[in-house]
Amino acid sequence: MKKIVFALGLAIAVALPALAQAREVTFTTELLNYGGDGAYVALYLTDAAGNYQGTLWVAGKKSKYYKHLSGWARGSRLNPAEYDGLTGASITSGRTLKITLNLDDALIDSGHEIRIDTAVEDMRDNRADVAVPLTIEGAGKAVAGRGYVRSFRYDF
Amino acid sequence: MLRQLHGLPGLLASLFLVTLAITGAVLALAPAIDRAAAVIPPDGEVSVAELAGRVVEHYPGTEQIVRGRSGGVIVYYSRDGQPGADLVNPLTGEGVAPYEPSAFFIWIKDLHRSFLLDDAGRMLAGVMAVVMLLVCISGILLLVRRTGGWKAMIRPLAGTGSKRIHSELARFAVLGLLLSALTGTYMSGQRFGVLPETSELGPAFPAEVSGGQPAPVGSLSALSDVDLSELRELVFPYPNDPQDVYSLTTSGGSGFVDQATGELLKYQPRAEGSVFQQWIVSLHTGEGLWWLGLILGAAALMVPVLSVTGITIWWQRRRSSGQLPDNADASQADTVILVGSESNATWGFARELHTSLNKAGFQVHCNEMNALADNYPQASRLFVLTSTYGDGDAPASARRFMARLSDFRAEKNLTYAVLGFGDRQFPNFCQFAVDVDVDAALATKGLSRLNAVELIDRCSASQFSEWGDRVGELIGTPLALTYSPLQSATVKLELVERADYGIAVQAPTSILRFKSAEQGGWTKFLPKTPRTLPSFEAGDLLGVMPPHGEAPRFYSLASSATEGIVEICVRKQPGGLCSGYLHNLKPGDHIDGFIRHNPGFRPAIGNIPIILIGAGAGIGPLAGFIRKNASRNPMYLYWGGRSSQSDFLYQPELGRYLEDQRLTGLNTAFSRTDKGAYVQDRLMQDQSHVRQMISTGAQILVCGGRDMAAGVRLVIEDILKPLHTDIETLRAQGRYLEDVY
Repeated sequence: MKKIVFALGLAIAVALPALAQAREVTFTTELLNYGGDGAYVALYLTDAAGNYQGTLWVAGKKSKYYKHLSGWARGSRLNPAEYDGLTGASITSGRTLKITLNLDDALIDSGHEIRIDTAVEDMRDNRADVAVPLTIEGAGKAVAGRGYVRSFRYDF
Repeated sequence: MLRQLHGLPGLLASLFLVTLAITGAVLALAPAIDRAAAVIPPDGEVSVAELAGRVVEHYPGTEQIVRGRSGGVIVYYSRDGQPGADLVNPLTGEGVAPYEPSAFFIWIKDLHRSFLLDDAGRMLAGVMAVVMLLVCISGILLLVRRTGGWKAMIRPLAGTGSKRIHSELARFAVLGLLLSALTGTYMSGQRFGVLPETSELGPAFPAEVSGGQPAPVGSLSALSDVDLSELRELVFPYPNDPQDVYSLTTSGGSGFVDQATGELLKYQPRAEGSVFQQWIVSLHTGEGLWWLGLILGAAALMVPVLSVTGITIWWQRRRSSGQLPDNADASQADTVILVGSESNATWGFARELHTSLNKAGFQVHCNEMNALADNYPQASRLFVLTSTYGDGDAPASARRFMARLSDFRAEKNLTYAVLGFGDRQFPNFCQFAVDVDVDAALATKGLSRLNAVELIDRCSASQFSEWGDRVGELIGTPLALTYSPLQSATVKLELVERADYGIAVQAPTSILRFKSAEQGGWTKFLPKTPRTLPSFEAGDLLGVMPPHGEAPRFYSLASSATEGIVEICVRKQPGGLCSGYLHNLKPGDHIDGFIRHNPGFRPAIGNIPIILIGAGAGIGPLAGFIRKNASRNPMYLYWGGRSSQSDFLYQPELGRYLEDQRLTGLNTAFSRTDKGAYVQDRLMQDQSHVRQMISTGAQILVCGGRDMAAGVRLVIEDILKPLHTDIETLRAQGRYLEDVY
């Protein structure tokens, strides 16, 4: 659905200057029919200790609601430079978000984790609705979320 | 212009507005329902720390505690990896019920704000809010113009049917609708970036936290300082992450709480703009203001009725001002009739004049006054029939007349006659026809008067017919004008009972009780003839068709439709055609009658004293008001007759009413037996009491003959003097009503 060339945030670029190999990764997030308004969804990368590394995608345009994506909000410190150009519309109940990004090879199988925070108006906030390691082995395997995510998978 | 502004958007948007209103009314219940389900401790009794401590005991996996605007506390938790949400009792921390937003309300909400059409629908809903705003404002202005001033808005309204319902309901609902429309417009304007929006990101996460051993949530000092009533939301730290913090949002602002030290970090008070926005949302939704929600919901429920009655009014207006048969072209006509009408009553007279002149061989052109042509080349006669609207203004179909008159070129031999219609009881009787210069303006245009301006009181058919006779003489063709109101579809009434008084004192007066004669039988399935009378109340009028096709005469009703009888009190006039006819009726005889509503003559609702004053047969509606006084409001009757032996009308009934307190006081005067006392004398004798009642807001209703009414006015003016007020003032407040014949 959405295809963009992705260069992870400056932090990662600086941290891993020697590595230039990249590959295309598709992230597919299917939501439950939770029956509320459009969901705000943040996909982001953390290190093994859960420390924020960079933003992959934010669904939902109104920044005043971003604080409800609390894990991501804390990590990114809601600095617009962290998510500039990586935002889209909020996701309607039951629909699927599919995004394709170019990821550095160095991020794979190196203890990094993909996390998804979700929030819906007048309903619960889900910090780490999904938290899965980014590995070669994990590719193509769907996992269920704890909150509004019915299933999430990434494919190389 | 104002009317188009009110009607056109209303008509086009009514379907959407009705949808918004009904869904809005349903949503308005939500705050009250939520409030009823919530356990709400008094302010200052439970702190957020206490609440969180209790909740965690029952829900170890608590992730988030939210206090809804209606006071309900919801806990979002995770148990064995499964998410859940419960409504909890803040006093114990125990779950009350699983919390699940109602799918129905969510759907209704979606329908309300976007017609289930996402952004396009939201935009439409926003446009509808603006339309509603326009309709409300133009409606208020229309109502002000119609009633004759801002102060008059709270008085009883005149008019009947759809028009009455429309303005009564609108008067009740308009403030609520205005508030809903205004806040809805604001919210929509913000959403689509037309109005500025304060978007508050809240404070940034603290860079440093103590990272120490987490303390129990119930012991955190920053949370102890916040009362439950101020809480909006408390988000717990991610499990086993010592670097994480509690995120706290209160009505005053937001910040973070260190999970080891309990210190409040980075607290940021809410911006003023955001507080304002929150208020707008509350005023629109009733969140946290459940009583307002119910008021707004009730107001919204009026919208479907307002739409239907509004469309009905529009349709009636279109239809009854429509084409007349044999209407000559303006350029061909030798006779022109122009009509100024607000509620179309005047059109009935115009039609009669039109038909009559047509029959006499004239080429007649009839149109509304607004359609005044630049000239009428063939015309030698111009008739202007106009009513007066509100405070002496032009009625709807004459509003542009004065402006058009400046372009009007009169032919040399054009003569004119103005006929005004109104109600003599109102101070601005026929003011538009006379004082506001329709007559004078035509004279200054160089036209010569065919006949001086004349005034018709309360659609009097006999006055109209007399005017026709005079005009007929002037134009050399007899005109037999018999006006009968458009809506006078008559019903057969059977006399069931009569009580006769006053024969001994040469004032034969009878109380006549009728019932609807055409009930049952197979004819009731025929759609053509109305078999039952429309609803009526004491004080309304019964139109009676006298024999030989005369114009109807009107009698004040002493009964209400709910009593199942039609009761009038009739004095036999010497040589009176209709009263003589009625007096000759025997039980079982039939008459043809119809109802004319007279809502301007009703006692006020509420607990203020009502002073009823009448003489002779004028007691009819007054007795009816007393009979209906089930709530035992203070009512005083001053009534004058001739002899207590002969014409004490309603004597047994009045005795009963005094006993059961429907009537508080009765004061009678009998001119033959009481040393020539009239009802005015009784008022004078009782003046301190009357004055005292008036000073506490009493309403006066007078019913009877013209001379008696004039006498009563003199006495009441005298009584009012020490209060520094006068009848005109009371009249303007709806506190001095007359039904005079």
